[in-house]
Amino acid sequence: MSPRKTPQAAPSSTSATTPAVRDAVVVGGNRIPFARAGSAYRSASNQEMFTAALEGLVARFGLQGERLGEVVGGAVLKHSRDFNLVRESVLGSSLDPTTPAYDLQQACATGLEATIAVANKIRLGQQESGVAGGTDTVSDAPIAVSEGLRRVLLEAQHAKTTQARLKAFARLRPADLKPNPPGTDEPRTGLSMGEHQAITTAQWGISREAQDELALASHQNLAAAYEAGFFDDLVTPFRGLSRDNNLRTDSSMEKLAKLKPVYGKNLAHTVPSMTAGNSTPLTDGASTVLLASREWAAARSLPVLARFVDAETAAVDFVHGAEGLLMAPAYAVPRLLARNGLTLGDFDFVEIHEAFASTVLTILAAWEDDTFCRERLGLDAPLGKVDRSVLNVHGSSLAAGHPFAATGGRIVASTAKMLSQRAAETGRPARALISICAAGGLGATAILESA
Amino acid sequence: MTDTYLRLVNSGVTKKLAKQLGLPRPAVLRRYEPGQPLVTGPVLVLGRGDSLPPAPDAAPTSPDADVVARVLAGWGLDVRRHPSQLEEGARWGAVVVVLTELEEPTDLSGPMLALGGTLRRIVPSGRIVTVSRAATPDDGPALSAVRVGIDGVLRSVAKELRAGATGNGIVLAGDATLGGPSVAGLLRFFLSSKSAFVDGQLVTVSSDAGVLPGTPGDWEKPLDGKVAVVTGAARGIGAAIAKVLARDGATVVCVDVPAAGDALAKVANQVRGTALQLDITAPDAGDRLLAHALERHGHLDVVVHNAGITRDKLLANMTPDRWDSVVAVNIAAQLRMNEQLLASGKLAEGARIVSLASTSGIAGNRGQTNYAASKAGVIGMVRATGPLLAPTGGTVNAVAPGFIETEMTAKIPALTRQVARRLDSLQQGGLPVDVAETIAFLASPVAGGVNGQVVRVCGQNLVGQ
Repeated sequence: MSPRKTPQAAPSSTSATTPAVRDAVVVGGNRIPFARAGSAYRSASNQEMFTAALEGLVARFGLQGERLGEVVGGAVLKHSRDFNLVRESVLGSSLDPTTPAYDLQQACATGLEATIAVANKIRLGQQESGVAGGTDTVSDAPIAVSEGLRRVLLEAQHAKTTQARLKAFARLRPADLKPNPPGTDEPRTGLSMGEHQAITTAQWGISREAQDELALASHQNLAAAYEAGFFDDLVTPFRGLSRDNNLRTDSSMEKLAKLKPVYGKNLAHTVPSMTAGNSTPLTDGASTVLLASREWAAARSLPVLARFVDAETAAVDFVHGAEGLLMAPAYAVPRLLARNGLTLGDFDFVEIHEAFASTVLTILAAWEDDTFCRERLGLDAPLGKVDRSVLNVHGSSLAAGHPFAATGGRIVASTAKMLSQRAAETGRPARALISICAAGGLGATAILESA
Repeated sequence: MTDTYLRLVNSGVTKKLAKQLGLPRPAVLRRYEPGQPLVTGPVLVLGRGDSLPPAPDAAPTSPDADVVARVLAGWGLDVRRHPSQLEEGARWGAVVVVLTELEEPTDLSGPMLALGGTLRRIVPSGRIVTVSRAATPDDGPALSAVRVGIDGVLRSVAKELRAGATGNGIVLAGDATLGGPSVAGLLRFFLSSKSAFVDGQLVTVSSDAGVLPGTPGDWEKPLDGKVAVVTGAARGIGAAIAKVLARDGATVVCVDVPAAGDALAKVANQVRGTALQLDITAPDAGDRLLAHALERHGHLDVVVHNAGITRDKLLANMTPDRWDSVVAVNIAAQLRMNEQLLASGKLAEGARIVSLASTSGIAGNRGQTNYAASKAGVIGMVRATGPLLAPTGGTVNAVAPGFIETEMTAKIPALTRQVARRLDSLQQGGLPVDVAETIAFLASPVAGGVNGQVVRVCGQNLVGQ
C-alpha cells in the first residue's frame, strides 16, 4: 500500500473544511418598466438602465453605502466598451464602491444564471449578499464595422510607416463601409429565433388559437397584476415610463387573430401561425434581484420572500436538427425534478418564459408526450401536465416584453413575491418552477420555495 | 424657481439702482447650516420694568425675564439685560421681550418702547421674539386686553422689520411654564436661521410635555434614532422635508405614488432612507406604511403628511373629479391614515404627526375652493387629533406654507408670480427648506408642548392671520 493518501480520502478531508450548504434567500427585486425597442428608452444605455434598476433596489432596501458580496449581471447585446458593465453600474450607484461585480452572459438565461451564481456563493458561505440581474437594449445596440474595414483598420494601426498605412487603406472597398447591425440570428444556422421556433411549432402541431390564447392571458394577467398593485414594490419608473409599454390592456382574441404570421411562412406543409401578437417584441429594460443569507437579511430587518432551492441548465443540439432551438428547458426540468424528488404537480406556480407563445406550448406538450418523455428524456412515463391556472399567473414576456438579460431577474423577483404572498395567505409553504429558454439551444431552470 | 429680482436688488449695479429708485429690496435671508452660531450678535432680554429711555441703573425687575435670560445664557449666548449695554456701532442679534407678567394694556408701554429703541440696531436676519401668556376665559377684561393686545403688537412689529429680520411670539397656555422644554425649543427655533421664513407668527405652548436635549450637541441632531415617514417625498417640499429630517438624525421612509418612483428613489438614496411606493389614497395606506416602518426599522416616531395635489377651478366651473380628487388626497387620506395609525397603538411614545395645511386654507384663495376645503380641513383635523395623541406624549400639528418657490409655483404666470412673491413682510417667496425646518422642529422631542397648532411659514403673508 502506498503511504500516500488514497484518492478516496481526499474528498472527506476537504469536506471537513467546507461549510455546510445554507439557505440563500430572495429579499426582493427591482426593475425598470420594460419598453419596446425604439420607444421610451431609445437614448438609454445598458449602463444607465442597469444603474437605474440598481438604484431603485438600493432605495427600496436602504442599501446606501452597503458593501454587498457581489453584483452579477450582464447584457446580451453589449458594446465592447462595456466590458465591465456591471462593475461600472455599481460605481455609478449608491452602493459602497468596494462592492465587487462581474459580467456574465448566457443569452436570454443571463438573469437566471446570475441568480444561480449569486445564490450558490451565498449557499456555500462565500458571500452574505448579492445582486443578480441583467439589462439589454436593442435601441442602443452596438453596430460593428464590416469585417473588411475592421481588418484594414487593425492593419493600419499596426503599420510602422505611412506607406504601409496607406497600403492598408488602399485595400478598402466600398462594400467594406457598410456597417454590421447586431443580429439575433443563430450564427450556425443563419435562421432567426422565430424561424427556428416556427419549425418546432410545426413539429408539435401547436395551433394559432392556442398561441393567441396564451398571449391574451399574458396581457390580461400582467394588466391585472399592475391594477392590483403587485408591481408597486417590484418596479421603479424610468424615463417617464411607469408600466411596461408593450402591455395591451385592450387586447382580444379577435385583435390577435387579425395579425398576419411573420415566421414560418416558407415552411412546407404548414400554415404559419406565429404573429407579432404571440411572439415577444424586441425590448429594452433592466432588472435586479437582491439575494442574501438569512442572517444578513435578518440583521438588516429585511424581508425574506423565498428560498433558492436548486437549479439545472441544459442544452440541445439544434444545429443538426436533433431538437428545436428553444427546447432545452424541456430537458433541464425533468433532471431538476428528479434530483429534488418532485413532480410537476408539486408546484404552486410555474413560470415559463414566453419567448414565443408556442415555446411555452411546445415545452408543455413535450412533457405530456409519452414518446418524447420515453425516447428523449429517458423517462418511463410522461413527465406530466402543468395546470394552466399556475402558469405565468401575473403575465410573462409576451405582455411585459423581453429585454434578453433582464427577463430572468423579472421572473425571479416576481415569483419570489408570489410565493411569499401565497404562503402568507394559506399558511403553507409554496413552491415555484422557473424555466427560461435561450439562444444557442440553451435553457436554465430553477426551483424557489417560500422562505 | 429662482427669484431673479431678489438676486438683482442684492448685487452690483442693480442693487445701487434699486436703492436709488426706492424699489422694494427683499433681503437674502440667513439660512441654517449645521454648526453655524445660533444668532449673529448679542441677545437683549427685555421684560416688565424696562422703559424708554431706559432707567440708567435700574436692576431688571422681571423674574420671568430672568428665567428666559438664564435659558439663553445656558446656550452660551451673549445675553444682556439692558438696551444701553450695546457697544458703539454694534447691533443686536436678537431681542427677546418677556411679557408674561403684564396685567393691563398700559403695562405694554415700557417694554415695547424699549424694544422700539433697539429696532434700528438689529443685525440683518435679526430676531424679535415675544413671550406672553394666552388669554383665558377666566381673565379679567384688562388682563385679557393686554394678552390679546400682544398679538397685535407682535404682528405689527414684524411688518416693520427690514433686512430679513423676523418677529415671532411664544404664547404660554394651560400649565406650560417658562422653563418648560417647548418654550426653550421654540425660543431656539425662532432665534435660529431655521425659522428664516416664519414671520409674524404666535405659537402656543400648552404644556411642559416634550424632552430637552440631553447634551448641547443634541440640538444639532434632535431626531437621532427616530424613524420618520414623509409622504409626497419625491420632489419639492416633500424632498426637502426628507433631507432636513435626515440631517437632524432621522431614518426617513420616503413615500410617494408608484409613478413618482424614480424621483423617490433618488431622494431615498440621498437621505440614506428607504423608498416606499404607495398611493396614500389606498384604503390600507396607513397600515401599510406602519407595517413597513415597524418591519424595517422597529418603530415609527414621526409621520409627515405632505402629499397633496391642486386641481384649481372656479367653483362655478368645478367638476366632481377635480373636487373629489383634491379632497381624497389632501384630507380624506390623512384622516384615514391617522385613524389606522392611532388605532394600531403601535406609534412610538411621543409620536409626532405633522400635516401640511396652506395659507389658502386660512385665508381662502380664488379658484381653490376644493384645495382650501382640504387644507382648512387639515387645520380642523390637527386640532381634534392632537388631544388623542397627548396622553402618550404625542402631538399633531400643521404647517401652513405661503408662497414657496417650487415646481408648482414656478408654473404660475410670471407677473402673477412676481406679485405673489412680494405680498409678505419679507417681500419674497420661501424655499422648500423653510417649510421643512419648521416641520423638523415640530417633529422634534422638545416640541411636545406644541399640540394641535398651525404654524405658518409664509414670511407674514398679507392674507389671513
